Amino acid sequence: MEHYKLQALRQRLYDILFQVLALVGLLMAVLVLLWLLVTVFEDGIGRLNRQFLTSFPSRRAEEAGILAGLVGSLAVVLLTILIAVPIGIGSAIYLEEYGKKNWFSRFIEINIANLAGVPSIVYGLLGLGLFVRWMQLDRSLLAGALTLSLLIMPVVIISAREALRAVPAGIREASFAMGATRWQTIWHHLLPISFPSILTGIILAVSRAIGETAPLITIGALTFVTFLPDSLHSAFTILPIQIFNWISRPQAAFHENAAAGIIVLLVITLLLNATAIYLRNRFSR
Amino acid sequence: MSFFKVETRNVSLYYGNTAALKNISLGVPENKVVAIIGPSGCGKSTYLRLFNRMNDMIDDVRVEGEVLLNGKNIYADGVRVEEVRKRVGMVFQKPNPFPKSIFENVAYGLRINGVTNKRYIEETVERALRQAALWDEVKDNLKKSALALSGGQQQRLCIARALAVEPSVVLMDEPSSALDPISNAKIEELIWELKKKYTILIVTHNMQQAARVSDWTAFFYLGELIEYAETKDLFTNPRNEKTQNYITGRFG
Repeated sequence: MEHYKLQALRQRLYDILFQVLALVGLLMAVLVLLWLLVTVFEDGIGRLNRQFLTSFPSRRAEEAGILAGLVGSLAVVLLTILIAVPIGIGSAIYLEEYGKKNWFSRFIEINIANLAGVPSIVYGLLGLGLFVRWMQLDRSLLAGALTLSLLIMPVVIISAREALRAVPAGIREASFAMGATRWQTIWHHLLPISFPSILTGIILAVSRAIGETAPLITIGALTFVTFLPDSLHSAFTILPIQIFNWISRPQAAFHENAAAGIIVLLVITLLLNATAIYLRNRFSR
Repeated sequence: MSFFKVETRNVSLYYGNTAALKNISLGVPENKVVAIIGPSGCGKSTYLRLFNRMNDMIDDVRVEGEVLLNGKNIYADGVRVEEVRKRVGMVFQKPNPFPKSIFENVAYGLRINGVTNKRYIEETVERALRQAALWDEVKDNLKKSALALSGGQQQRLCIARALAVEPSVVLMDEPSSALDPISNAKIEELIWELKKKYTILIVTHNMQQAARVSDWTAFFYLGELIEYAETKDLFTNPRNEKTQNYITGRFG
């Protein structure tokens, strides 16, 4: 009897100990984030005004603005979505619904999983060689978007496949048994049902794309741009590059600009995630 | 030509190298209900899925012999599997309505056939729901999601969905095994009604059900057709010892 009481007490102790550990872990993560947010807001909030959002970079910190980076980032990301999403979902549909399961499909599968883990700078080098040099797209918006598309494609493919796989087998069977073709089954049932999860994957991928700096620096996105991109072949810059540029200046005033830029980037990322959650809830009823 | 509505002639089916069905010849006359009974893993469901070629979905499946629908081999070259499935409806063990409205579930078969006449679709949906004895329960809520229905209602909706395209044959794979006794009774009553218009093959684990609803019963064991006879004969006077043992509950 004593023995069991002791045992129970020990179990309870372990339980509490684990709870505390988990809480500490959570607090550490939240505090670091909070500290980052507080310092950034302290430094940057004063610079965040209409002028900052609508001005091009300048030699004088107080006249400099984020416009080129903001528009550049949005343009690159929009193009990236237009390129990566259809190709990514198409690949996922092929691999999941059409392709036969054999050594070749497993080989492709492993490669896609590996690509998702390749450092982004490598994609930058690939983009530099393939799009900038070989396809002679130069340091253009299009070259940047293509590079980022390659970068997020594996994530889009993997998440879309998971989403398709999660559709109950009964739905597929029911549709085929009605005499629907493969394409009708995909279009009428599989895609609508898996849409919320696919969307989540896309938004996560896009959130990553909008924060990426290395690959775009590699392909030669500019750091000082005083014009807006007006075609796919325009030179461009993006928010993270603009921020990086300001931070590497010695003057404290530019650091404030950088902090303000970070706030803008954070807001965009939050907006993207919020949109994703809204759409997901809306479509999964 | 074949005397039967559907028929298999010397059909064997292999998963890779293992034979799941061995040389099965069996015919179903029009407007009759044939029950397929047998212990788990005996090939009942595989056999049923020959008739709408659902086995095609699985990699590495090979079918030998002929499966005739209205006297034509549905495994012959040039036969479009979608066309076969439009003429052979299927109801599954677990109710599997689409996550759409009740109306759209029943209308689906028409939509993929390219029917756009709104009036015709509405009439067909009503007819199918009436045939499936579900109309009175759902007529005021046709726009409601099918997933909000009870399990038994969902299964009758799946039957309505299959009936909407007026198939010649209806396959039922343990249609009421996941349902409560009252829903089960409704489904069985329904099968009696449907027999007037359709030819039905039903796989069941429930021997009372087989005895109640079917005209003919086939007993499968380890991929072989052991006995096929009129239901009342098979259950009262089985010729084969294995059938005898199975229906008296000595194995299975």
